[in-house]
Amino acid sequence: MNILVCISQVPDTTTRVAVGTDGSSINPAGVKFILNPYDEFAIEEGLRLREKSGGTVTTVTVGPDTSKEVLRTALAMGSDTAVFVKDESRSDSFVVASSIADLAKEITPDVILFGRQSIDFDSFALPSMVGELLGWPNISMVSSLTIEGTQVSAERDIEGGKESVSATLPCVISAQKGLNDPRYPKLPDIMKAKSKPIADRVATVVEPRVVTLSMTLPVSKRLNNIMTDSDADIDQLVRLLHEEAKVI
Amino acid sequence: MFSHPDYYNLDELFTEEEKLVRQTVRDFVDNEILPIIEKSARDGVFPLHLVKKMADIGLFGITLPQEYGGAGMNSTCYGIAMQELERGDSGIRSFASVQSSLVMYPIYAFGSEEQRLKWLPRLASGQAIGCFGLTEPDAGSNPSSMTTNAKRVEGGFLLNGAKMWITNGTLADVAVVWGKLDGVVRGFLVEKGMAGFTAPEMKGKHSLRASVTSELVFQDVFIPEENMLPGVEGLKGPLSCLTQARYGISWGVVGAAMACYDSSLHYAKSRIAFDRPIAGFQLIQDKLVWMLNEITKAQLLCWRLGKIKDQNTLRPQHVSLAKRNNCEMALTIARMSREIHGANGILDEYPIMRHAANLESVKTYEGTHEMHTLIIGQDITGLSAFV
Repeated sequence: MNILVCISQVPDTTTRVAVGTDGSSINPAGVKFILNPYDEFAIEEGLRLREKSGGTVTTVTVGPDTSKEVLRTALAMGSDTAVFVKDESRSDSFVVASSIADLAKEITPDVILFGRQSIDFDSFALPSMVGELLGWPNISMVSSLTIEGTQVSAERDIEGGKESVSATLPCVISAQKGLNDPRYPKLPDIMKAKSKPIADRVATVVEPRVVTLSMTLPVSKRLNNIMTDSDADIDQLVRLLHEEAKVI
Repeated sequence: MFSHPDYYNLDELFTEEEKLVRQTVRDFVDNEILPIIEKSARDGVFPLHLVKKMADIGLFGITLPQEYGGAGMNSTCYGIAMQELERGDSGIRSFASVQSSLVMYPIYAFGSEEQRLKWLPRLASGQAIGCFGLTEPDAGSNPSSMTTNAKRVEGGFLLNGAKMWITNGTLADVAVVWGKLDGVVRGFLVEKGMAGFTAPEMKGKHSLRASVTSELVFQDVFIPEENMLPGVEGLKGPLSCLTQARYGISWGVVGAAMACYDSSLHYAKSRIAFDRPIAGFQLIQDKLVWMLNEITKAQLLCWRLGKIKDQNTLRPQHVSLAKRNNCEMALTIARMSREIHGANGILDEYPIMRHAANLESVKTYEGTHEMHTLIIGQDITGLSAFV
């Protein structure tokens, strides 16, 4: 089975981001970037599918030069090859999806894996766009996956429960947290990853469908949230201090 | 999620794989060590289940060739891995240091091919644990006064003597023991279960509580000829191992200092006194700035030390300077952190007191602060102040 895993580089969750001088992009200066956490589940699932059924795992990212780093992580975790599609435009999801779909048409994977979302722009759009561009089924938010022959069975997380679905290969899968327990790259494999190839590829040129007009940081204002001493409110307060205010 | 202080953008000096090693070990520490370490320290127990997990990600023998089970990486990768491990705990880092620098290194550097093939893959995979026996109850800073000795008998040697302050001793499957044969220091591989060899654990430590420290006792232990390390004679054998381990310590303590600084910065920004965060007070800022200042200098020392080590221009005195400086600064930072945390600093809700207690040992073991002062003093003056 040939597997294509699509990953992206996102700002570290502890980084405080600033808007660039153009008013419509993130200023990357001083920002630490990491592998999108949901993509770790996609890489791990790709490796497990290969371990079960053979084949190869190719990992692709679309982005500026600095985003190549995440491909090294994927190679160190065990991906066989990697493709770097250079795209400095940081344009909309359709532009990125077009590049990935064109790559897929060339290397004809049996399955394409994504993380459920990238935690920077949160558009949730790429897996379904790529599926649509290829005419393949797309199963999103997958928390359990089995592939026998060309038969795909998956469980999806839905509000308050699970949904079981099936499809046939080739298809696009987006990974929910809990799909697996991603492995740590082993230090000897980090060394081996140095000699694995990263193929450079030119981005597909298409017009973006959505144009970003501006980005603004949230204006700080009093929310007038009044918390009580209930356990639920205390949990909520700790979460807000950690995730929103980032002071603990 | 922990993010290290990088005031001088030193990340630009590190390669992709060095940063990947750092991230891997950092995630490992967050997921596997931090959730359990306070309890291990409180109970005075080494978390033995971590050995296999550390081996699985390749933390033992990082700089050794892959054919012996190592990772074949450079010294910076080894250093940065020790930094991250010690952000977790000095005792866990000590385990990895001993296994890699004091056991695998001498077997690789001074062992026969049979000894290498027998032990290195097992030590790398965590199937075997090693320890290093040099210090004796009455021979610490002056190892040449050791009394442990071997006498030739048919087919091997009889080893007698005692070692003390031996990390991993009780756990070890193999001990690299240094003793005198006809007055010359030699290395012997003493295996668990050899008749006359015991390794009782030392109890009552207030420091490195999540690490096993032991005595090694040898009473007419028969060591087969093939268990002597053939490749080195004299004190340069054990001292070259110590240079490797001290190199790792120089990096490691920066991790402990970062953990204390990180906790202090967060605490000071959230702790309110006189209606404002204490981070806004000059006396607190003075401490935080001093910490960051010292960590930044130590980061630069470590980075440069790694480079000259891989260029083979490193001298043991260079390592002495980094070990001496970094242990001192880390311990001072841990104590300052305790002050910033106020009374909370003594609770194991925060990592501060554990790091502070650990660093008291780390400042003293592998060459005391004072001995490293004299090593550098002799180097720059040409005059020995040892005796």
